[in-house]
Parts: sequence; structure tokens; C-alpha cells
Amino acid sequence: MSDITVQNMSKEYFDVLKEIGNIGAGNATTALATMLQTKVDMTVPQVKLLQFSEVGAMLGGEEQVMAGVYLAITGDIEGSIMFLVKEDVALHLIKKLMGDMATDLYGEMEKSALKEISNIITGAYLNALSSMTNLTIVPSIPDLCIDMAGAILSVPAIEFGELGDEMLLIQTQIYDEMSIDGFFIMVPDLDSYQKILSSLGL
Amino acid sequence: MEIKVGMADLNVCSGTDSITTLGLGSCVGVVLWDPTTKVCGMAHVMLPDSTSIRNNSNVAKFADSGIEELLKRVLAKGARRQNLVAKIAGGAQMFSVNNKSDLIAVGTRNVEASIKKLKELRIPLKAQDTGESYGRTVTFYPETGQYHIKRVGKETKII
Repeated sequence: MSDITVQNMSKEYFDVLKEIGNIGAGNATTALATMLQTKVDMTVPQVKLLQFSEVGAMLGGEEQVMAGVYLAITGDIEGSIMFLVKEDVALHLIKKLMGDMATDLYGEMEKSALKEISNIITGAYLNALSSMTNLTIVPSIPDLCIDMAGAILSVPAIEFGELGDEMLLIQTQIYDEMSIDGFFIMVPDLDSYQKILSSLGL
Repeated sequence: MEIKVGMADLNVCSGTDSITTLGLGSCVGVVLWDPTTKVCGMAHVMLPDSTSIRNNSNVAKFADSGIEELLKRVLAKGARRQNLVAKIAGGAQMFSVNNKSDLIAVGTRNVEASIKKLKELRIPLKAQDTGESYGRTVTFYPETGQYHIKRVGKETKII
């Protein structure tokens, strides 16, 4: 097995991730616009490699309450994927879908709506990755957690922690009336990194 | 002064200062404290075992090597070995979906590994607030020995 760590990933791989982020966000934007029946725009996603200590600050502090949706990935590659939005953004999305019936994030209907939205967004990313690499990717049922950013992020951080002291974050901004900042974290296991790279000819 | 401990990090403090780590999830906040000299230290450990991973240069990341290092640091700060007691918090399971490799949730393994290491070092575990499925912000006050545990939308718990 070669010595791939998060630190020595090539620039090409970064660019590929950015491109996957781009296509994924594009797909997600279209899907969201259809689902929410509004005009939705997006910016070019940013791909960042962050020290664990910087991640909390990036998302507005470790204690910032966020909604995180986590899916395990199986198929040709294995690992996990997570989509995170701040509390107010999550509520905005839910209201778009449910109307003013929704008052907070914690009702069963609201949680279910948020899972569905996140499912569409993560699905759009995974489809982009899958069609670029020709790899089969099967996501699990989504699981939702509303809690402090630090606590939610401990889950992917621990998975990255087996590889190094940094984690890879893709940030996308989608706009309707409000700017929707979404953070996206994908953690393929070591063998899967290799598979993604070689399927892209890198 | 409040001293901040980041993820996979550790530090020490004493007297009227306090030491804190924000938003603990599946990680564990291990505190060692000497009630007589009022010296304490906190480690924010992420993974149970440094021997099972190749990239293990950051000792603070693991329960086994992190607690050993923390012990060295509190002794260097003036704590007495025979007075030391421990308190731990964290080790939650944030999601019920598991990555295939984790048969037992990593939060639980982190707690178990921390307790095992403390036993090995013969440091009595005085209190713990572990497991469940929520995040915790924890602050330790070496003057009083109180370990404050804050969670979203709930009263602060003191152990």
C-alpha cells in the first residue's frame, strides 16, 4: 500500500475535488430550485485542508449550533460523507419546503424535511463523483444531528484522525433570498483514496 | 484566565485559572487534578489507541499516549503524583449510522481506553459524564475541582 496521507495529496486531486464540488453543487442547485420552486444561485466551491484546531473557527466557533447529516458510503469505495449548515440556514431551508408550519428544527416533520434536503444535496455530490470516476457509490440512510459544530465535526475528524491531523472541507454557497452556506466533508478510507485517484488516471 | 484546549491537544493550569475545551463529541476530555497544589491538566483525546495507527506523532490525539503525556505535564507543573485524581467527560455517539469499521462506537472505545489507562497509572477516577448522544463544552476549575459540563439547551451539570 502506498503512503497516502491527507497532507501529501496532490494538487491535481484538490482540483478534481473542486471540480466534483462544482458539478455536485450545480446538480444540487438545480434539484433545490425544483424542489423549493425558487431561483437558486451558487458560487464556486472552495476546497480547504484545515488543521483540526482551525475547523471550529471556520464554521463560526465550536459551539455554533449546526445541523449535520451523515451518511456512510459503501460500494466500490468506502467511507462517509457529511453535509453541515448553521441552525438558521437549516430552518430557512425547512420553511422553504414546509411553509411557515415549521417553527424550529426539532419536530419530527422538520427533521425529516431537513434529512430529505440534505439527501438531495449529498446525492448530487455523490452522483458527480460517481460519474467522474465510474465508481459505484452507495450511500446509507441519512442520519441527522443538531448540536454544537465541534461535537458534530468530531465524527469526521476522528475518521481523518486515523490519517493525520488535518481534514478536508468543501464549502459551497448557494443563494436564494438568503445566502445558504453549506459545508461538505467527505472521508474516503485509505484504499478508497487510491481507487478514486487511479480511476481518474492520477 | 481561561486556557483553551483544542481538538487532539492538551494543556495544564493551576490556581484560579480554568481550562476548557469546546464542543466535545465522540472525543473525551480527560482531567488530572491535584487537590492540594490546585494543579490540573486537560487532554482532548480523539482515538483510543496510538499503537494501532501509523500516523501517531501527535501524542495528545490518543487516550493512551495523551494521558501519559498529560501526567508528565501536570507533574512538571508541580502536582504530586500520589494526590492525583481524574475526571472524564465526552465520548458521545453523535450519529446512529456507523462507518463499517466501527463495530463498537468510537466514543465508547475512547471512554474505555481512558479508564483503562487511568487504572494502569493508578489514578483514581472520581467522576465521569460520558456516552449519550449530545455534544459537551467542558470547563475545569482547579481551585474547587469542579468540572462543568454544558450542552445545547440544557442547564450546566457539575461533576
